[in-house]
Amino acid sequence: MEKLLEILSSLHPEVDFASCGDLIEEGILDSLDIVTLITEINNAFDVQIPAEEVIPENFESAAAIWALIQKLDEE
Amino acid sequence: MQVSSAIFVLFLALTILLYYLLPKKWQWGLLLVASYCFYLSQGVQYIGFLLYTTVVTFVTGILLSRRAEREDAFVEAHRGDWNKEERKAFRAKEKKARFRILLAGLILGFGLLAVLKYTAFAATTVQSVLSWFGDAKIKIPSLLLPLGLSFYTFQSMGYLIDLYRKKSKAEKNFFKFALFVSFFPQIIQGPISRFGDLSEQLTKPHAFSRDDFCAGLFRVAYGFFKKLVVADTAMIGVRYLYAHTDTMRGVYVVLLIFLYSAEIYGDFTGGIDITLGVARMMGIRLAENFNRPFSSQSVKEYWRRWHITMGTWFTDYVFYPLSVSNGMQKFSTWSRKHLGNAVGKRLPVYFATIVTWFLTGLWHGAGWNFIVWGLLNCFAILFSQELMPLWNAFGKHFAKLSASKFFYCFRAARTFLLMGLFRSLDVYKDVPLTFSLWSSMVTRWNWGELFSASGLTSFGMSTWQIGVMLFGVLCIVIATNLGKKTPLWDRLATKPVLCVSLVACLVILILTLGSYGIGYDAADFIYGQF
Repeated sequence: MEKLLEILSSLHPEVDFASCGDLIEEGILDSLDIVTLITEINNAFDVQIPAEEVIPENFESAAAIWALIQKLDEE
Repeated sequence: MQVSSAIFVLFLALTILLYYLLPKKWQWGLLLVASYCFYLSQGVQYIGFLLYTTVVTFVTGILLSRRAEREDAFVEAHRGDWNKEERKAFRAKEKKARFRILLAGLILGFGLLAVLKYTAFAATTVQSVLSWFGDAKIKIPSLLLPLGLSFYTFQSMGYLIDLYRKKSKAEKNFFKFALFVSFFPQIIQGPISRFGDLSEQLTKPHAFSRDDFCAGLFRVAYGFFKKLVVADTAMIGVRYLYAHTDTMRGVYVVLLIFLYSAEIYGDFTGGIDITLGVARMMGIRLAENFNRPFSSQSVKEYWRRWHITMGTWFTDYVFYPLSVSNGMQKFSTWSRKHLGNAVGKRLPVYFATIVTWFLTGLWHGAGWNFIVWGLLNCFAILFSQELMPLWNAFGKHFAKLSASKFFYCFRAARTFLLMGLFRSLDVYKDVPLTFSLWSSMVTRWNWGELFSASGLTSFGMSTWQIGVMLFGVLCIVIATNLGKKTPLWDRLATKPVLCVSLVACLVILILTLGSYGIGYDAADFIYGQF
């Protein structure tokens, strides 16, 4: 989780990702951020986030992104 | 049978009457028969294409579904003896096999669209290129373009991609699936529905609901008002300005931006109101396609509010798959390593955005004007994204002004004008001509001409028609604002007397003010041609 928070902070240092829960709704993460984030996650966690998982619910908070990583790792 | 015709109203009344009179288990069958009757009325020659898409999609869907079921059963059977890596390897192998099936379906489905819609365009483009090197003659084929082909093809291909992604289960009943593809209110101009949202609604029994019927009835009448009073009246001016581009320059291009905005808004949102209203009268809720687009503060926001189902289709099925594909991920890593983080991370996303908008333009029509239109939208979005730090700094420095109503209106007007300017490519068609007309707005300063005594009737519309159109636009503005939080039709759903009274008023307004009368043939819906 810390590694993920590090990646997220590198995108937007001004945001406290540990507590923020509306990353998509609030417009904090846009399409550019999401694609960059996916590349970073794929490299850092050795998972492959497929296009069908790129839905707002999976990116609305750090916890949701972490849950997605764990789910993909399990599959 | 045009949607904006009296015969359609009769057809609709009969269908809805039978829908509630027949036993509920026959309702979806009636909808299928009505849908095919409606499509046949558009031209018997089109029916083969609809059947082709239905059969190809249905068969591919079954194959995809069977393969996925077998995969899941196999994994389940080996849950005890396989480790994670073995399971992943098997899943990856199966995914590749399903992808091959999907690809075959997409080629067959989109292939028909490509051949019918783009062959002539491709041949004309090749001929133009060859003519630079000498006298080249290519036979330009003239192919039939079935009504609503782009809409039902995209809806069907979306279904296949969802099956590949295991987001929904395949429909096993061919006739139920045929209804999903051909559902008559939406086949001509959308919205582009998702199987998971629509299919069950179409086939489950519906009891008569007075609230839904009232809401739907009002929405249908309101849609006809938008189409026949606003769109078809504004169209008179648009057609005149388009036919006289040699003289109608300068301020008349600005005028066209306003007139065509009124026309396309009335036409497309009116058509969607009719579609969603008809479906609602039968208890079926289709996806919304508009959300007050002309209040958008930026181009990006505009595309979240205008033709929503097409926008989400391209985002879900083109932009994200392309952005997160293996190739693009490698390109992203490479570009960041060699070009630096700032440029490197942008390149893949920008590439995916350009491809998506190129295809969006092409979806709208087989012509360079549509491609240029798509790319202009794309560059406006990317440019605005790059300027975001500047906008944010401006917002911080001038916080009061930035949050004011005046600035809200300014941003909405700016977005409206920019979108209208790009949209004029749709009217003028010829790209160099459009650019020369745009430049005439600056070089030919003839505002006095338009606002002179005779100027207001110099662009093909009588003062009565201008008055009718402005009245119609005013009604839409009021209705849109009244329905800001809860749409007007939802507010009227529980007030049947008020609802029926307003519908009667709308009918009177349509009959007295609409571009309507004996011998008059209402114009086709613009998006029906896409």
